[in-house]
Amino acid sequence: MSHDMSEEKLPESHGSAGHHEVAAHGDPFADPGLPAHEPRRTDIDERAAKRAERQVSLMFVVSMLATIGFIASYVAIDPDKIVYIWPLGHVSALNFALGMTLGLALFLIGAGAVHWARTLMSDHEIPAERHPIEADDEVRADVIEQFRTGAAESGFGRRKMIRNTLIGSMALVPLSGVVLLRDLGPLPEDKLEHTGWEEATDAKPLQLINMNTNQPMKAEDIITGSLTFAMPEGLSTHDEDFQQRIAKDALMLVRIAPENIKDDKSKEKGFEGILAYSKICTHVGCPISLYEQQTHHALCPCHQSTFDLADGARVIFGPAGHPLPQLKITTDEKGFLVAHGDFDEPVGPSYWERAR
Amino acid sequence: MSSTSSTTSGAAKPASTRAKPANKWEQAADWTDGRLGIYSLAKTNLRKIFPDHWSFMLGEICLYTFIIIILTGVYLTLFFKPSMGEVVYNGSYIPLKGIPMSEAYASTVDISFEVRGGLLVRQIHHWAALVFVAAMFVHMMRVFFTGAFRKPREINWVFGFLLLVLGMFDGFFGYSLPDDLLSGTGIRFMEGAVLATPLIGTYVQMFLFGGEFPGHDIVPRFFTIHVLLIPGIMLGLLVAHLILVFYHKHTQWAGPGKTEKNVVGMPLMPVYMAKAGGFFFLVFGLIAAISAIASINPIWAYGPYRPDQVSTDAQPDWYMGFSEGLIRIMPGWEVSLWGHTLNLGVAIPLMVLFPMVLVSIAAYPFIEGWITGDKREHHILDRPRNAPVRTALGAAWISLYLVLLAAGGNDLFATHLHLSINSVTYFVRVGMFVVPVIVFIVTKRWCLGLQRRDKEKVLHGRETGVIKRLPHGEFVEVHAQLPQKDLHKLTAHEQIEPFELPAETDENGVASKANVLDRTRAKLSRGFYGEGSQIPKPTSEEHHEITSGHGHH
Repeated sequence: MSHDMSEEKLPESHGSAGHHEVAAHGDPFADPGLPAHEPRRTDIDERAAKRAERQVSLMFVVSMLATIGFIASYVAIDPDKIVYIWPLGHVSALNFALGMTLGLALFLIGAGAVHWARTLMSDHEIPAERHPIEADDEVRADVIEQFRTGAAESGFGRRKMIRNTLIGSMALVPLSGVVLLRDLGPLPEDKLEHTGWEEATDAKPLQLINMNTNQPMKAEDIITGSLTFAMPEGLSTHDEDFQQRIAKDALMLVRIAPENIKDDKSKEKGFEGILAYSKICTHVGCPISLYEQQTHHALCPCHQSTFDLADGARVIFGPAGHPLPQLKITTDEKGFLVAHGDFDEPVGPSYWERAR
Repeated sequence: MSSTSSTTSGAAKPASTRAKPANKWEQAADWTDGRLGIYSLAKTNLRKIFPDHWSFMLGEICLYTFIIIILTGVYLTLFFKPSMGEVVYNGSYIPLKGIPMSEAYASTVDISFEVRGGLLVRQIHHWAALVFVAAMFVHMMRVFFTGAFRKPREINWVFGFLLLVLGMFDGFFGYSLPDDLLSGTGIRFMEGAVLATPLIGTYVQMFLFGGEFPGHDIVPRFFTIHVLLIPGIMLGLLVAHLILVFYHKHTQWAGPGKTEKNVVGMPLMPVYMAKAGGFFFLVFGLIAAISAIASINPIWAYGPYRPDQVSTDAQPDWYMGFSEGLIRIMPGWEVSLWGHTLNLGVAIPLMVLFPMVLVSIAAYPFIEGWITGDKREHHILDRPRNAPVRTALGAAWISLYLVLLAAGGNDLFATHLHLSINSVTYFVRVGMFVVPVIVFIVTKRWCLGLQRRDKEKVLHGRETGVIKRLPHGEFVEVHAQLPQKDLHKLTAHEQIEPFELPAETDENGVASKANVLDRTRAKLSRGFYGEGSQIPKPTSEEHHEITSGHGHH
């Protein structure tokens, strides 16, 4: 029904006829028009208006003081000073003082401005006309005619050879930009298929280095039920490519009583129940770090994929799609744990070229 | 403007009809107008009318937090070093002393501890980003539930949608920059997601990271995307969004004196300059105060990123939580075909479901417009109850979002409520499908109930609380007629007739079957506006009958 409303039903002045009178005859749901403006206290009482003015100014003055407080805090407070503020606890004194003074200085400008608008500026509601967004038919016809004229004068439709070669050149030119992106990175090739463990050979096996002690490990030092993180010998946290290497080489060592290992292939790859799994989750690559001794379950803290380390790291819950790769390990003549080669499948999340 | 001594001889100065400027300011304005034409621009805009309602300020919060983010962000770039080169920390934060870390991480720790006020600015930047995305969501809900997206505002809805999506991703890139343990885990997650892309995944991964994960390029690349590329696009969209708001003029609620052909409110100058300008300071002040008392993203506590280390309950910022939920509840489907691996467990949630959840927002105005076939402009807002199916769909979407957000924190639910992580996950897997349906049904019925109540109020008036005893002993409560302004407000909405298919056979008895699209449209239209989807609103005849018949009762 609001669509039938025409402008003349809008009142010219405020305070038109009372509502109930109109309702008595004609459509009871008709638009009674804008209600009369009700004056605020500050509109009719000069003392109230004065009070509002003082309130607004007070806020602006306190804002100024807060800014001075901000500068004073910046200069005076030691950045390392920690204070106890109830109920926040121990916080940086500087951060607290700067934030509070800045917050106050800004907030009071806003509060003052809004209070000013609400109490002292006119609150008469004014109607403004809307105009349809779409143009009228005459304008539309005129524009289309202009466009046709322009198009005809360009000969774009008629001279097909120009048109087609232009389209062709415009289509080709962005290719240069695409080609320029080639050096963003190397091609994948077989990079994802190998880890740092590929340097290990039968002739020169690589020791497993304990991540915590930075020492090689003897098999007898790994107790049943324990979880140890390891990396290949020769890798140092100060290496240029350490982050890249550890993102693939990180190992998770568990020792499970051999009779509890359900998967024979897994048992073979291990050494007397010591199994070396990739620490990198096969879901999206988080490092797995939660191990439940009793059940031999390892849980990825990111998305809760759960692997049964006693059963070839089979996925028993969560979004991971395949088991954790296992590194074949043995011991060298001194009894240290070593690997003679790489994982036999890519570590980490799966990808299109990954063959099962 | 200035009167030089060398007046051109003879030729009279062209006569100017313009009045002499009254003061220096007017003179300066005249000068500017002569070059920029500011008077014509100001003529329509200086006293532009804006309607007043609390929900119309939600968009302002988005605008202001965006400005705050830019101001604080520029400051942060003065100190942040977007480099993955390794340094050994030797600053004032003792626990990290001697630890190798990237320059990005070290400079973020320095901003927090060495630069005075740096921590405050960092926290304002991060808090403002959270509020920005939250405000965009709430602002969009306001626009959705009131039908403000209808013609002529569909394009502006899409602009707003793009701002939302870009804002979410820019937030992700932003919190990835410090290269701390938490954000590095987020980037690792992104790497896994990229690898799951069929055919091109490994290539995209290598090109994005400049080699194998993590490489040395990702932080500087994200930095450029975060501070230049995305904010640049957003700024353009934002300006377009605001120009359209001015051009379309603001929507308004139905009420006395308010029509589709006018906009009732107060002028930009001075009321909204003061109110909206002041509101910027209110928002900025509040966020500064929050940043003074509430720590956010304390990266020094997480430590530098190491691909072989992780903290438990690693969570993204809240707005990315629903994608985290999708990835957590997805079963680990992995398909091998012809020597290739299709990682559906990651590809489906991130490349199919995630975009679907978002794109459904962008597409809705066009879908509803197609169902109603309505080509008119709409400037009067719908009350959510008067569009029950739309409201129910919106509520169902929100519930889906919340279920997925909960799924993104399934480990927190499990540990804090002592539940099994497996049960929480199974529950969410089912809940993702069931909860939105339940919410849809409940919301729709709720809306219909509210419509009935409105009808009752219009026809029988409001309850006065006055109990009257009739001569024969019966007690009745006196109902009072609503004033006409309320009667008008409650009946101002129009009710859409469902779209009917043309008769199956034409006048000659020849079967003319409607095509599939039309049949779908008719079916949807019945669902949206048919019987059971709206309560017929009271007519003035009904009202007459009741009010004139046996008086107020």
